[in-house]
Amino acid sequence: MSERAIIVVGGGLGGLMATIRICELGHPVKLFSYVPVKRSHSVTAQGGINASINIKGEGDSPQIHFEETVVGGDFLANQPPAKGMCDDAPNIVYLLDRMGVPFNRTPEGNLDFRGFGGTLYHRTAFAGATTGQQLVYALDEQVRRYEAEGLVEKFEYWSMQNLLKDSEGRCRGIVALNMPTMEVRAFRAPAVIMAVGGPGLIFGRTTNSMINTGSAVVRAFKAGARLGNPEFVQVHPTAIAGVDKRRLISESVRGEGGRVWTYKDGKKWYFFEEMYPAYGNLVPRDIASKVIYDIVVNQGLGPNGGRYVFLDVSHIDDEVLRRKLGGVLEIYEKFMGEDPYHNPMKVYPAVHYSMGGLWVDYDQMTNVPGLFAVGECDYQYHGANRLGANSLLSCIYAGRIVGPPAVEYAGQELPDLPDSVLAETVGIEEKAFEEVFASDGDQNVYQIQDEMGEMMDSEVTIVRENAVLDKVAARLEELDARAARVGLRDKGRRMNAEAIFAREVRDRLLYSKVIVKTARAREESRGAHYKPALPKRNDDEWLKTTIVDYADGELNISYEPVDISLLPLRERRYDVKH
Amino acid sequence: MPKTVVLKIKRQAGPDERPYWEEFEIPYQERLNVLFCLQTIQRNPVTRMGKATSAPVWDQSCLEEVCGACTMVINGVVRQACTALVDDLEQPIVLEPLTKFPLIKDLMVDRKRFFDDLKKSKTWVAIDGTHALGAGPGCSQELQQIRYALARCMTCGCCLEVCPQYGPERPFVGAAVLAQVRLFNLHPTGAMQADERLEEMSKPGGITDCGNAQNCVRVCPKDIPLTESISALGRQMVGYGMRKFFTKR
Repeated sequence: MSERAIIVVGGGLGGLMATIRICELGHPVKLFSYVPVKRSHSVTAQGGINASINIKGEGDSPQIHFEETVVGGDFLANQPPAKGMCDDAPNIVYLLDRMGVPFNRTPEGNLDFRGFGGTLYHRTAFAGATTGQQLVYALDEQVRRYEAEGLVEKFEYWSMQNLLKDSEGRCRGIVALNMPTMEVRAFRAPAVIMAVGGPGLIFGRTTNSMINTGSAVVRAFKAGARLGNPEFVQVHPTAIAGVDKRRLISESVRGEGGRVWTYKDGKKWYFFEEMYPAYGNLVPRDIASKVIYDIVVNQGLGPNGGRYVFLDVSHIDDEVLRRKLGGVLEIYEKFMGEDPYHNPMKVYPAVHYSMGGLWVDYDQMTNVPGLFAVGECDYQYHGANRLGANSLLSCIYAGRIVGPPAVEYAGQELPDLPDSVLAETVGIEEKAFEEVFASDGDQNVYQIQDEMGEMMDSEVTIVRENAVLDKVAARLEELDARAARVGLRDKGRRMNAEAIFAREVRDRLLYSKVIVKTARAREESRGAHYKPALPKRNDDEWLKTTIVDYADGELNISYEPVDISLLPLRERRYDVKH
Repeated sequence: MPKTVVLKIKRQAGPDERPYWEEFEIPYQERLNVLFCLQTIQRNPVTRMGKATSAPVWDQSCLEEVCGACTMVINGVVRQACTALVDDLEQPIVLEPLTKFPLIKDLMVDRKRFFDDLKKSKTWVAIDGTHALGAGPGCSQELQQIRYALARCMTCGCCLEVCPQYGPERPFVGAAVLAQVRLFNLHPTGAMQADERLEEMSKPGGITDCGNAQNCVRVCPKDIPLTESISALGRQMVGYGMRKFFTKR
């Protein structure tokens, strides 16, 4: 395939949708993915995808969806892109339906919809409780169709290492690592779209997949791409603890009527229903996680003193549960060894999603010309807190709108990129690997990962305090110094997972520093960012987007206004209807 | 004595290298899965005999049995390492890579051929475009349930590992691909290309290569009705053969 192909990095929903749109415009794509695309992290999404189609006749509309998305995000999202996403949502769900996604159905044969957090409308289309998997498969099949036509060439088990940039600072391709062979190679491209997902592994055991390394975003950041709102990290209220990871128990469980409770004074206490009579168990995730944390940690009211609360569906008919939630209840049963159909599930919050990411304009282009970003790795759409079932939507929407501007950008005539740039950039990455291989320090890369993950998870998630953040920042510097002194046990030059991980840990440490520094700087509480000392949203001083750029090893923070041109500011309440 | 877990792992540095075995012993804990055993070994790769070694390499992603990555042969049974709980397994726990695909390293293989066979089978709906064309075709709840059960296939390869007809030197596409053909032929729009798929599956490597061993359905982690699907496809094939016979002359 020629050097005319646009490069897409990442084969989850964002990357697959971008690929489809570009091919549809007749343009070839080189699709790079850390794993075979069908195994991307998007498959783990369970609950569904939002679209105000109003099948239930409740008077729902894209405008209401938009308003609830902005309010749910505590007004930090730029409103025009959020509006565009909500307006297009019905088209997207219909498109997926046409692709053959086995969405659940009403008796009449229409798409069925269920309730989700932050809304009182039935707005979430779903395919059992493995909706993300079903959407990935549908888009994967369409991409395979273009692959059969010769428009797509896949590079699976390849990891993006760096950007190729010309003398004008434009992105002109990537350098990537073929992990099985450890070969580093440069690829020219007229445009690059990153769809590499979130940085979940920063927080150790989370709901995220083991491939959510955050590494590619950091490489782009070091090459000049700015980050937006990196301090906003979503903690999902209901996950189950495991030795290896935390596993999501979807919000759709509450959307289908699941109730959360614990014991208080010897009686069942349905605390969400008591505290938020209007929204009850469907309060948005930032609020739900904060409440559970307070009840379990501050009030010590976890059942039997345990670090969990109950999520209960035992009052719902078995057949309904099997048909609508089978996939997620199966996960609980397999990993906890208990029957969730008849016993309350033990759940606790876990890191789940990054609202922040690469800064992009309304065409999804980063500040680096020629470099675009879509999906969880971009910062657009969700503001300070993402509503459930808006992530599958934002990934697909961004992938859908990036196609035309990327193809248009790729059509311009630019001077040839000299071979020397390719050789030089490949050389930088090869040298970095040689340094890791040559290093004979005493540090264990996985130990550093564990220490970083545990610290970031316990100190920089639901509750943030400046004094603690300062300590964390200092410890991150220590960890980084240690990470420079690793000793590899595996010196092999084939699929060297340890060498790859050793470099990725440094990326995660840098991303951690960005999160801690921006969290420290934001002196208010908004959405998922909560400082007990400053518990209120402060629009006068902090209604602004955090921007971070990297220059000469320094992290520079600046701010830009949020585009609130469509919906006036208002108080965010879930105890009453709004 | 604290309880421990003993694992015996097949190692191989690359497809052309000599395989060998290593044993590891790690601390036991409740609800331990094989995947975390591997992660524990990775943190301190020392064999049971106290010899420092490199960590085994394996494929992993979701750890929730929805991506299919961590499929391997565990105590002789093909399955995902994430849902293989130590409490349910005899020790030593023996780990081997899938045998029907090219080895990358240790427990990691390249299942590219599986995806290529899906390409051959044309298992997609040939949509006219991504622009707004309104809702898709209506669908009964019953048909949705049948299709959803088939659509949960994560291309893990368990069914191929146990199939006597499937192998690197043989053309048979295997049960999973045949079930996907049924899935798309069941879709109202997908059915418009049913004959194209059936034509592909009537060629060598298609449905006639199935030897009816029925091993596939016994190992599928998602309980996909594989043999039932192959039978259903067989019936479609009869109809297709008749149509072809009468329309071609």
